[in-house]
Amino acid sequence: FHSLSTRGSIIDMSGLRILVGVKRVIDYGVKVRVKPDKSGVVMDNVKMSINPFCEIAVEEAVRLKEAGVASEVLAVSIGPAKALDTIRHALAMGADRGIHIEHDSLGLAPLQVAKLFKAVCDKETPDMVILGKQAIDGDFNQTGQMLSALTGWPQATFASEVKVADGAAEVTREVDGGLETVGVKLPAVITTDLRLNEPRYATLPNIMKAKKKKVEKTTPADLGVDVAPRVEVIKVEEPPTRKAGITVGSVDELMDKLVNEAKVL
Amino acid sequence: MASLLRQASCGTVRAFAGCTGPRLPLRRLLSTSAPSFNKLTDDDLAFFRSVLKENDVITDTESLKTYNTDWMNKYHGKSTVALRPRSTEQVSKILKHCNDRRIPVVPQGGNTGLVGGSVAVEDEVVLTLAGMDKVLAVDEFAGTATCQAGVVLQQLQEAVEAKGYTVPLDLGAKGSCHIGGNVATNAGGLRFLRYGSLHGTVLGIEAVLADGTIIDNLNTLKKDNTGYDLKQLFIGSEGTLGIVTGVALALPKLPSSVQLAYLAVDSYESVLTVFKEAKGHLAEILSAVEFLDDQALDLTLEHLHGARNPLESRAPFYMLIEVSGSNEEHDAEKLNGFLEAMMEGGQVTDGTLAADTVQMQGIWRIREGITEALSKAGAVYKYDISLPLPQLYDLVEDTRTRLDGEEATVVGYGHIGDGNLHLNISTPKASDAVFNKIEPWVFEWTREKRGSISAEHGLGAMKGKYLNMSKSDESIKLMKQLKTVMDPNGILNPYKVLPGN
Repeated sequence: FHSLSTRGSIIDMSGLRILVGVKRVIDYGVKVRVKPDKSGVVMDNVKMSINPFCEIAVEEAVRLKEAGVASEVLAVSIGPAKALDTIRHALAMGADRGIHIEHDSLGLAPLQVAKLFKAVCDKETPDMVILGKQAIDGDFNQTGQMLSALTGWPQATFASEVKVADGAAEVTREVDGGLETVGVKLPAVITTDLRLNEPRYATLPNIMKAKKKKVEKTTPADLGVDVAPRVEVIKVEEPPTRKAGITVGSVDELMDKLVNEAKVL
Repeated sequence: MASLLRQASCGTVRAFAGCTGPRLPLRRLLSTSAPSFNKLTDDDLAFFRSVLKENDVITDTESLKTYNTDWMNKYHGKSTVALRPRSTEQVSKILKHCNDRRIPVVPQGGNTGLVGGSVAVEDEVVLTLAGMDKVLAVDEFAGTATCQAGVVLQQLQEAVEAKGYTVPLDLGAKGSCHIGGNVATNAGGLRFLRYGSLHGTVLGIEAVLADGTIIDNLNTLKKDNTGYDLKQLFIGSEGTLGIVTGVALALPKLPSSVQLAYLAVDSYESVLTVFKEAKGHLAEILSAVEFLDDQALDLTLEHLHGARNPLESRAPFYMLIEVSGSNEEHDAEKLNGFLEAMMEGGQVTDGTLAADTVQMQGIWRIREGITEALSKAGAVYKYDISLPLPQLYDLVEDTRTRLDGEEATVVGYGHIGDGNLHLNISTPKASDAVFNKIEPWVFEWTREKRGSISAEHGLGAMKGKYLNMSKSDESIKLMKQLKTVMDPNGILNPYKVLPGN
């Protein structure tokens, strides 16, 4: 199933191959604490799980497979040995196989991640890449867009709805002004927003089956990508603590505070 | 005789408006020792205002509605004043005055109790601990917390979590219930299986007696065998022996790894097998074992906002199995071994493992939300029973058989790991016919199996009269003697807990 953009004629749509990126991050529910030496955040003994937006990406890909639109879902993760857990979770949700790019991902910025995904895309030639719009640790919201530029594929970011037909995707995007619908020819890069879907719970039988699905291991060197960091983290600090609010007794008191204390009037 | 009748009838279940309770046998009426209380006067109000801040003496009818209505909107008091002290000294002064004047008082925490224990039956003065909401100390070396009684459980949890500890109890009402109320009712909850009873985890209590005497046993010593352990009297006494104003608790370390499995189980026998195997495989990391039947799930999915079935398949029973510990890999290995064994054995037909805290909360929402769903579904008759495990679900099935033909849905769920069933009967609206078929039959059924008519909810206004179904006459007599010693005028939470109050 070749890249659809290289053919002009009508293509058999029942065989889309989708690549999904999944990242292992500090769990959404954890209260993140800064390390005393301000070099980063505390990661020891802290609960990790799949990035929520990546989970939504997997769910969307699996639903496309269940709808008969896609024939294969490939889950890719970059990270240390434990990133395998995240790939296994994607497999338990319904992805078919995985690729684990082993690297201590702490030093990786979106550009390096996008380059690694580009290398995988060159090898695997998927028809669609679905990524989370951002990871909840870095909150960069750059990888999908950078990957689109590197591959030359169109991008549809912040997707809240995806419809696929006739070699193209119609994506509704959540933007500041409301909703915008764009059409992109495949192959394309789509990034997920929160309202795209509600990810399923992986069932125990599928968790067991996932253990047997194939996960290929590779490294940035094997993929020919230079991942030397371009950005150095100098310091990580907590935001300044908010001062407690007070209740004022009257409008006059409010005005006095706005003028003399907050100095905003 | 008429006043005796009125006093006695206060102890009955006053179900929803329009529902008449069961008639009391004459013998029971005559054995009631009706306390003689005085009505509030302006002098009393002036006294309260001299002790408390102006807005801590609440007399306006709008505000009083909250203090006079229990969480289930089933019990309604007629109190005309709610007092909100800010210190133990203020509580002491109020009680001394009320004792001298023979004015009855109902202590109130978060008002989340399920047996009508926290609202007035007549016009008792409400004494709310909500104004005493300070966490006083969290000792991160000893692993103890000391706080005032009005600290909301969730607030206490957040305070101790910041230091790496957890409160040794957890329940669905955590956003509203007070630690003082938890202690006064010996609340059980979801982690009883792992951390045990408050009788064990409470290290010290500060309480005020009916006559205003302050009993300060608020220390954080783990071991202190000096004299009678008075704090045990207050724990579980439901505000009838003293008002708890301060609590010192032993805190378990906050587990760094928590994992939750939600399982579909094909029969009650399998539920018991799964529980037994869980104890075997998971041992020291097991932290919660809960169950619900499919009828409970059905009702919850229909009435609870935001509830989502974690599984696509349905089964007669579902179980929540939680493990927590200090090593995620070790716990995951044990949990996976257990789950594989249960699937191979066939007891578990489907299930899921929460992938992150959001999924964990989603699964707990199902179990913790059943109570709320029941409130929304219509009228509910609620029973909290301890039974030997093999017979526990028989009660649910027998209740269904007994109510066959009535418009009633019978659901069973609860802390299966503690042998504690929550039996609930949901009807579209209050029904005398249904109620009379349930009580006293359900308590007699329980007595026959030597179970407890109230595993963790307490007696409150609802079950005092059935106490002899679970305790001997001699025991009840001793309880009454203790009550007379500690509260001779009977002003603390009258008409509650002990029969004939």
